[in-house]
Amino acid sequence: MSKFAKKRGKSSPKISTASLPDIIFMLLFFFMVVTVLRDAELKVAVNTPQATELTKLEKKSLVNYLYIGRPVKRFQSLYGTKPRLQLGDKISNVHDIPLFLEKHRVKVSENQRPGITSSLRIDGQVTMGIVQDVKTELRKSGQLKVNYSAKPRAN
Amino acid sequence: MARKSSKERLSNEINAGSMADIAFLLLIFFLVTTTIVEDKGILVKLPPWSEEEPDITRLKERNVFSVLVNASNQLLVRGQPMRIGELKERTKEFISNPQRREDLAETPKKAIISLKNDRGTNYKTYLEVYNELQAAYNELRNEEALKRFGKEYEFCNNQQRAAIRADIPLILSEAEPTAFGEESTE
Repeated sequence: MSKFAKKRGKSSPKISTASLPDIIFMLLFFFMVVTVLRDAELKVAVNTPQATELTKLEKKSLVNYLYIGRPVKRFQSLYGTKPRLQLGDKISNVHDIPLFLEKHRVKVSENQRPGITSSLRIDGQVTMGIVQDVKTELRKSGQLKVNYSAKPRAN
Repeated sequence: MARKSSKERLSNEINAGSMADIAFLLLIFFLVTTTIVEDKGILVKLPPWSEEEPDITRLKERNVFSVLVNASNQLLVRGQPMRIGELKERTKEFISNPQRREDLAETPKKAIISLKNDRGTNYKTYLEVYNELQAAYNELRNEEALKRFGKEYEFCNNQQRAAIRADIPLILSEAEPTAFGEESTE
């Protein structure tokens, strides 16, 4: 018994730590690729109006974002200058909303689904026509919890 | 004997040179994943979709507070032009009806706000109007909470809030917008 113990104590292996940084970098790259960093790149210019009666949105995973505004300069040749709707990172039409909502809904666990909120980030200069179309489509899709995104304003 | 001890010392040392790397890695990871921008806004519950328009004509006229916004962003409240700045006070007066006037709401429970806009109305104006209406209700609820529970609505528990909400419900009916104005198409 003592023989074994002695042997083990003697031949403790040296672990080279030279490759540790490489492993760490590998992990870093893995996470960089896998994580969704932030909201989609904005293809429309959105400057939300100011308001006072604001509610803070909790639980980011339960929120989906719809942007409405004029396409930014870079995309004007492609999408024109009329106000457009952006879902995720694509410029879309109002008919694409049900699919967009469904794609988000399946990612949320079933008991949390009633809490799903649509955050409408709409440019202040946009007219209500397109906003109304989007609202109608949201109502038709049963997405009734809506947040009109706005900036805080001092009283 | 001397050789053994030196070996032992070697095995007990952990190279701490890479700890900095690990720390930086975590730092970068969290820096990237956290989004600092918080989303605030006016939370609204839309009515469920139905094919037919809600009919507000069968309601008593005194209980309906109609707000119209036209394509030039002007307000018409119960047939009278109005600036947005006055809207909140007038709404509060309408809902609470402190002087028991004949032409204002019977009780806050029966008060209905009817909002109608044009397809050419600016979203900014629409949101401002909505904000003022919401503000009127929030202030009334706050006053009621102070009177009833001695604290602001914000600090009431869920049961107290529900009681106040039941007495001063926000009933806002949005009609299908008119289409007289120019939409931003240029």
